[in-house]
Amino acid sequence: MVGSGHRETLNALTAREAGLVGCRHCTRVWPMGTEVCARCGGSLESRSPTALQRVWAWWIVGLLFYIPANLYPMLITRTVGRDSEDTIVGGVITLAHHGAYGVAAIVFFASVMIPVGKFVAIAYLALAVRKSHGHRPQRLLILFEVVEWIGRWSMIDVFVVAILVALVQFNLLATINPGIAAVTFALSVVFTMLSAMSFDSRRIWDEVEILAVEDRK
Amino acid sequence: MEPSDTLVCCPICDALHEVDTVEDGTRLRCVRCGTVIAVGRPEAILRIVVLASTALILMSIVVFYPFLELRNGVFTSRASVFETVMSFSEGVMAPLSIAVAFFVIVLPVARLGTLIWALAPLSIGRAPLPGAAFALRWAEIMKPWAMAEIFMVGVAVALVKLADLATLSMGPAFWSFASIVFITALKDTQMSKHSIWSALDTAKR
Repeated sequence: MVGSGHRETLNALTAREAGLVGCRHCTRVWPMGTEVCARCGGSLESRSPTALQRVWAWWIVGLLFYIPANLYPMLITRTVGRDSEDTIVGGVITLAHHGAYGVAAIVFFASVMIPVGKFVAIAYLALAVRKSHGHRPQRLLILFEVVEWIGRWSMIDVFVVAILVALVQFNLLATINPGIAAVTFALSVVFTMLSAMSFDSRRIWDEVEILAVEDRK
Repeated sequence: MEPSDTLVCCPICDALHEVDTVEDGTRLRCVRCGTVIAVGRPEAILRIVVLASTALILMSIVVFYPFLELRNGVFTSRASVFETVMSFSEGVMAPLSIAVAFFVIVLPVARLGTLIWALAPLSIGRAPLPGAAFALRWAEIMKPWAMAEIFMVGVAVALVKLADLATLSMGPAFWSFASIVFITALKDTQMSKHSIWSALDTAKR
């Protein structure tokens, strides 16, 4: 059936089943096999056959960059003759020592919990859509939406470093310089965002359909 | 099934919908996944253009006026957003400087610009400018990469980190940047793909 605008069913007719291919940029549908959307010029793919490969490729690159991001300093603070270097986790600990627990929690969440959680979640999703049974698709969907929405917030730490470096330039008294980890961390965030975006959410919905049909039998 | 103007697919789950006219004040959601497909607000296009223009004007204040000011005894340092972005510009950090510039200034501005280019003629009842479809598609692609609101949270964290080191005060750019974040969020609630694209279709005829 064609939907009428109320949320009612998990078993709807998809564009693919109707022999059509839908444009994900502008929502127009075209006959199956059309390659470019005539309305918005976006490329059309009913289900991307290479989506999973791209997910994994970006995932691996992201992970590779996340390792040095944690090992090398993010911030190099120079106060009157004394140098101190802060890694990501080190920065969180310093904040907590100053009693700023709320902010420490935000930074910890944005630069440790989110990236690590994202690596695990994307890998889980990519493995789960490959074989079609044994998962609760509803849960996969929520996971996917969370991963896609939350990934960009990891950038907080990079922006904090940028602001600190720009502001704290009191030559002799104190200066703050960025460490190499700021670069690798930013790259890691970008790559995991690309990884999550490469995911074809319609694949998960196809799974939902299969399970809904099986439940009825 | 034959493709037509009224057949709409959900961009998230591919479910087909027959959308004819949308009543004022209602939202059509995907039957399967609940994504908003069409918004019944005839004035939505005008609102988007007005909000985007406001944000774009405020952005010019943001870039060059002082953003934060730091005082520690006799020492004072000021930073505009532009300087913040340029803070990595030496040596190996240069690529990061470019990336931050893109996330915080270039992409938000480009997004506002492309939206205005594509939709402003429609809001005053004119035919769309050439390249409107291209501009609109790119406005959507850039969406996840425009990170102005994340930058604001970064500012808050930096303020706390510096609180015991020096006295901080916010410049005019800080407040206009905060309002841009708010206005952009408001503008995004007015946007739904189908409504905008069908408005563009109608204007082309």
